[in-house]
Amino acid sequence: MILDITLSGLINGSVYALLAIGFSLIFGVARIVNIAHTAFYMLAAYCIYYGTHKLGLNPALCMLAAIIPVILIGLLSYRLFINPIREHEAAVLIATIALAMAMQEIMLLIFTGDFLGVPHLIEGYRMIFGVKIAYQQLLTVAVALLVLAAVWALLLKTKVGLAIRSTAQDREVANLMGMNESRVAMVTMGVSVGLAAFTGAVIAPLAIVNPFMWMHPLIMMMAVVVLGGMGSIKGSFIGAYILGFAESLVVFLIPMGAYLKGSVALSIMILVLLVRPEGLFGIAFEEER
Amino acid sequence: MKRSKFVFGLLLMAGLLMATGIPANAADVIKVGVIGPMNFMQGKGHWDGATLAAEEINAKGGLQVGKKKMKIELVKADSNEFISMTDATNAMERLMTQDKVNFVVGGFRSEAVLAMQDIAMDYKKIFLGCGAAHPEICARVGKDYNRYKYFFRVTPINSRYLVKVCLINLATVNGMLKKALGIEKAKVAIVAEKAMWIDPMIKAIEANVPKMGMELVGVWRPSDKATDVTAELTAVQRADAQIIFTIFSASVGITFARQAGELKVPAAFVGINVEAQKDGFWAATQGKGNYAVSMSTFVRGVAYNDNTEPFIEKYISRFGELPTYTAVTYDAIKFTLGEAIEESGTIDAEKLIPVIAKAERVGTGAPKSKFDKNHDLVFGPGYATGITFQWQDGKMKGWWPNGWEGVTYKGMVPYKIPPWMIQKYKK
Repeated sequence: MILDITLSGLINGSVYALLAIGFSLIFGVARIVNIAHTAFYMLAAYCIYYGTHKLGLNPALCMLAAIIPVILIGLLSYRLFINPIREHEAAVLIATIALAMAMQEIMLLIFTGDFLGVPHLIEGYRMIFGVKIAYQQLLTVAVALLVLAAVWALLLKTKVGLAIRSTAQDREVANLMGMNESRVAMVTMGVSVGLAAFTGAVIAPLAIVNPFMWMHPLIMMMAVVVLGGMGSIKGSFIGAYILGFAESLVVFLIPMGAYLKGSVALSIMILVLLVRPEGLFGIAFEEER
Repeated sequence: MKRSKFVFGLLLMAGLLMATGIPANAADVIKVGVIGPMNFMQGKGHWDGATLAAEEINAKGGLQVGKKKMKIELVKADSNEFISMTDATNAMERLMTQDKVNFVVGGFRSEAVLAMQDIAMDYKKIFLGCGAAHPEICARVGKDYNRYKYFFRVTPINSRYLVKVCLINLATVNGMLKKALGIEKAKVAIVAEKAMWIDPMIKAIEANVPKMGMELVGVWRPSDKATDVTAELTAVQRADAQIIFTIFSASVGITFARQAGELKVPAAFVGINVEAQKDGFWAATQGKGNYAVSMSTFVRGVAYNDNTEPFIEKYISRFGELPTYTAVTYDAIKFTLGEAIEESGTIDAEKLIPVIAKAERVGTGAPKSKFDKNHDLVFGPGYATGITFQWQDGKMKGWWPNGWEGVTYKGMVPYKIPPWMIQKYKK
């Protein structure tokens, strides 16, 4: 059973990690709580559905192609709805909720509320220590690790990364040093939405495509980010696996209460916050930066 | 001056009359409200079934009500009941107060129907339920007849009968496993979403499985919107379950069928999976939903009587998909209501109720339909039974009833055990 729980937790955690990294990035840099993050993931899933089922395109091609329009929509949303009110965090929060709801309603109008599916990139399963695991799930684990490595490389090895980090540390000083803080925020938004779209592309084959598919991951993603510490990518990554394992434990130990797995994971988050209000790797006060 | 005021007054009155849009022949129209979650397949079924019925009636000039012909006018009401109960009650209220409908058909979620039922009863309007299965909806009629007599359940059979059918199906599959694979005491796992209407069903199944000579190895209750049930499937396989009894009404049904197919879980399926009732299930599961089982009213190639197949064909040619059971709004309008109106020559609810309650109708969704004293649909041989079907190589195939109590519908095929199960257990 320990093996079952470990493998299952690893898969759950990878899905949450993929979602949380992009969200954490845009919050860490621009202090934007982008509630619409998982709605972009939903958009990507619909793009793939449209490409594969309506246009008959290759699934892998659709998955890559879906990222571009979603990034464009993300950047446009940033320019039109977020940038003008960026200084008011509560307003941004409400605006992104509205944005997500608008995207949901548009998808509902176009595709109705029917549950849809997109094809797996790799069909079949593999037995690992006596546990059957679908190749698509193995791919998710691998991609989560790759994305983390890519984000790490972007932040630490490139000039853009340097700009993003310096803006995250102190926006005003970065501005005084001649950095276009607004542009950096926009680039970060592009990267963040791109990650959401990429996540959508990888996870969509495991999910049920429907206009409400952004809600449950949003709650879990917020829990992961809060548990790991707002804005900490490392924290999000570790938080994702903690909640992933917690969910698996519930399913295996309390089968009749399997539906409680989300609630148990959220309770763990609350318990951690009671002991450490800033989250596992968060910063307690702005002055500590 | 006076004359110009008079002309102005006349023009104003004419304008107001035009603006209110009162048709000259409003009295010659029977307004039927169709209520359901219109952005979802259940609501689409409600509307499409009703549309076909209204078109057929109107093509003949309408219903003969006494000495005059009255056409059917449908009023669409989106209850949005999956998302908001308030939307559902508001939609029903609007049908009563603003649209002033004569009758209502539809409803899906039991919780929503119970609330909408009260509103229709307040206005003393006949409400023909076409979707919710909870016994309480019709039990209310028995408890307080004067208030709830306006409600009739046209479809589906109530959930007590659904359990009965499921257990009959379980016994059938158990017998097949014994015969084909030599499994003497099959191990049964229940995987059911967390929903209120399922709780009493699980108790009944838990109580009956040992009595039927099988072993219950566990009950798993994922969330109705779970997007991953691999952990549950791994646990079910660890328990060596040979029969998986599923009860799903929401999206988790697709997740489960797809992942069970992907992982080739060596077990036979019985039970309910509402999402499997629609044509889109095969695509939604990416073809992994093979051998999934559920119950429905309509299955291609299966006929209860001479009305069924022409209706299915017409529905498919018009809307491009198989009707789900909520499309029985067709029967509700054309047969239950339409025939009763013509027989009684009135649209007065008080006079229609005894006619609807006593009649036996031959519609499309059962060999014959009639109501019991609680205005609930009668279940049994010769009446509504539903069809248990299985997805076999991309097609929905009916496999029960096939000889049960002497009932076999035209077009039934045998149940198939998944080949990977045969491979594992064949001696």
